[in-house]
Amino acid sequence: MTATEILWQNVRPLFDALPVTLEVLGLLLVVGLTLGTVLAFAQAYGRRPLRALCVGYEQLFRGIPPLVVILLFWNGITPALGVPVPGIVVAALALGMRSAAYQSQIFRGAIQAVPPGQMMAARSLGMSRIQAIRSVIVPQAFRLAIPPWANEYSSVVKDTAFICVIGGLIDLTRQALMKLAPLSMRRPIGTQLILPYLIILGLFYLALTYGGNGLLSLLERRLSIPGFEMKGKVER
Amino acid sequence: MSFFEFTGTVMPRFLGAVGVTLELTAVGIGAGLVLGLLLALMRVYANRVLSAIANVYIQFMRGTPLVIQVLVIYFGLPPYFKAMGLKPLSSLAAGCLAMALNSAAYQAEYIRGAIQAISSGQMQAARSMGMTKTQAVRYVILPQALRIVLPSWSNELIYTLLYSSTVYFIGLEELSYASMKVASKTGRVFESYIIAGVMYLAMVILLSRILAYAETRLRIPGLSIEERGR
Repeated sequence: MTATEILWQNVRPLFDALPVTLEVLGLLLVVGLTLGTVLAFAQAYGRRPLRALCVGYEQLFRGIPPLVVILLFWNGITPALGVPVPGIVVAALALGMRSAAYQSQIFRGAIQAVPPGQMMAARSLGMSRIQAIRSVIVPQAFRLAIPPWANEYSSVVKDTAFICVIGGLIDLTRQALMKLAPLSMRRPIGTQLILPYLIILGLFYLALTYGGNGLLSLLERRLSIPGFEMKGKVER
Repeated sequence: MSFFEFTGTVMPRFLGAVGVTLELTAVGIGAGLVLGLLLALMRVYANRVLSAIANVYIQFMRGTPLVIQVLVIYFGLPPYFKAMGLKPLSSLAAGCLAMALNSAAYQAEYIRGAIQAISSGQMQAARSMGMTKTQAVRYVILPQALRIVLPSWSNELIYTLLYSSTVYFIGLEELSYASMKVASKTGRVFESYIIAGVMYLAMVILLSRILAYAETRLRIPGLSIEERGR
């Protein structure tokens, strides 16, 4: 067998493992987006104890490596609940709750980048606070949040590589790790194929990060209102 | 054995592992700063070819997981080293190298952003006073850029600390790997990871405090640098 054939034989299973990575990515983004939004609003508009709680949550999840969060969830959730929870759900929860801590900071920054005069103006026009948030603040904050959110998206794509520590979950990285030993057995060239094989694995992740970022900048351009560019800066 | 007794008995091993974690972090951030500065200067001031090379490197490193980069350095490159008659890297050397090469790409982007945030008039003023371009970069641009970059650099330091756990995959005994080993040896899995998590958290909080203090100390009173909108 030629080197290319051996390589292809090992690359094909990566396509079978891709859906697992994509499922976890999709689920964790939903978890992170939902929880992150709630945390951001609680911090921007909530009372002091609630705000302190949110800050605590953020500090906790931003202070522990994704790998350790996954290991904690994987070894903690099922025993605590007493029912087996599928690996995909555990992975998405662990990374999603971590991402929520980062996303809430992005959203809070975006909300606070909208000048406070706008809220006053909306209230003085007779809008309720909720109405003002819904129809004045959020549409602008949402647009401001897209670029930093794209950064966070890239981060979580790369974090999904850590889910391979969950037993029985065969994602892109686990699949590649399982192929490394048999690949290096293929004398004489096998060991030299590890490098191109890992680079191909990297290309899968590269496609996910840049593909997603491309879509997000498309969204940013589609949503931008000509003549109404926000000058605000979003802190990360 | 209670949780506290358990913590006491495994603490020496965990503390030894924390040493490795800190070593990885220090080498990663330090060597990454040198290489990152070089890459940033290449991106901004070098000719088109060098700038493009730096850009491809940065994009590739930022677009792929650190796990893969660690595996490339530890498993991917050695067969080629061997062909060239070189000795393979130890897991510690491979881990440090991967951390530095990875962090360099992120730091390069932060530094580039900071350099470009300084108004172009400053370079013109420095040049018109008779400074060479190198002098202007060295004495006018960089002292300001490095102050602007400090907050993002602090973030990067925390990230480097957290992501040093990635060398778990090449069996280097830093904090995460040690907790996994203790977990499988003693069977007290959740507790082992809790100890590791708390230790990471403590390091992150301590480091953030120190960095916040450094930021206030390095600030030049009266000189505020207006960052241009991106």
